[in-house]
Amino acid sequence: MEVLRPFRDEIKAKSLIDNIKALTTKPVNIMEVCGGQTHTILKYGIEDLLPENIKLLHGPGCPVCVTSLEAIDMAINISLNKDVIFCTYGDMLRVPGSSMDLFKAKALGANLKIVYSPLDALKVALANPCKNIVFFAIGFETTAPANAMLILQAKKLNLKNFFVLCHEVLVPPIIASLLESKESNVQAFLGPGHVCSVMGLHEYEHLVHNYQLPIVVTGFEPLDILEGIYACVQQLNNNGVRLENQYTRAVTQDGNIPAQQAIKDVFEVCDRKWRGLGFIPKSGLSLNSQFKDFDATIKFKVDNLDIQESKECISGEILRGLKKPYECEFFGTKCTPLNPLGATMVSSEGACSAYYKYRQSKLTASP
Amino acid sequence: MCLAIPGIIEEIYMQDDITMAKVNFQGIKRSVCLAYLTDINIGDYVLVHVGFALKKLSHIDFINANKLINVDSELN
Repeated sequence: MEVLRPFRDEIKAKSLIDNIKALTTKPVNIMEVCGGQTHTILKYGIEDLLPENIKLLHGPGCPVCVTSLEAIDMAINISLNKDVIFCTYGDMLRVPGSSMDLFKAKALGANLKIVYSPLDALKVALANPCKNIVFFAIGFETTAPANAMLILQAKKLNLKNFFVLCHEVLVPPIIASLLESKESNVQAFLGPGHVCSVMGLHEYEHLVHNYQLPIVVTGFEPLDILEGIYACVQQLNNNGVRLENQYTRAVTQDGNIPAQQAIKDVFEVCDRKWRGLGFIPKSGLSLNSQFKDFDATIKFKVDNLDIQESKECISGEILRGLKKPYECEFFGTKCTPLNPLGATMVSSEGACSAYYKYRQSKLTASP
Repeated sequence: MCLAIPGIIEEIYMQDDITMAKVNFQGIKRSVCLAYLTDINIGDYVLVHVGFALKKLSHIDFINANKLINVDSELN
């Protein structure tokens, strides 16, 4: 994209890499917590350009990857109702449930609509008054304002045939959870740029203060990532413990206040189970009491599902930064984007999928 | 999933009491909701995620990539 070309400049990239190399004196582990950053790191081969003692860990930053197996099974179950049109982002179709994915449900007769924006689901509801329309509302804080607006509009239009299956998740609680784990091996974080466009920087200041490690809120272009890594290394060298904002063109201190207000108006903080990571208190958003009429789990009373996670998938260890995708014995063989064992191989922002797309030939060529 | 991309506003209109815009993403034009931004005009760059504009962007940020240039000079 033309306007982003300055952020992909090769000469500036080399300059940043040289300076990172000059500063790096000890091994450091830096984790990014946004799937878009993971994608950029793999697409541009950034790991290969860095000194060997900088290890980039790919955290739980892809909402498609962390949506719980229970929610996927619920989505499949609801979509198989004959009077339902199930609206979802395309990324969710191939996420494995216990016994099938949404693609298989479609083959069995489910009426699925892939949407570009939540507001598209509203159009489907208005055009199909005799059907129940269910929208799979997944995402981090970046997506929550869009989902909130959808629900506010559905209420304003007094829609009785519209429901949401809500699996919104929050970034700060998962960072805190990772850092409180005894197995944590992260020395610094690249913060999620677009989440912070909405939420601002305050929550991340608290994380820096509470856990005493650098966080650099970072953008998504190659030079953004390199600059974020440089800022982390610089802080670690100087024993710095600060929040820095690399992504100033998109992130302000207070974020987008009207968007935050819409989130508060529609949702309430809830406990949430994350796929591969387990149950994390106060790490999700659910509809608050004013909007329970739109809750698909109440409307369709989906329970008693027989949940069965793949025993072969190690995505939990990958999402915690303990293993790399190529350390899985099934990577690229039994588990591929077309036949994924776990969600991290599905979304283009999932670590396994990104490694498969950009590193597969190199990995298989290795002795 | 948290992908957000910049585009330029070509038209602003109302739809169901919500401010919407026609946004051009390097030739691909889509409808975008402007409900979460104020003081937006035709010709502005906005950062868009799932059909919602989250942030107005400065032209200077894109054309000059100033911050990165400053970092380089500081480093060298």
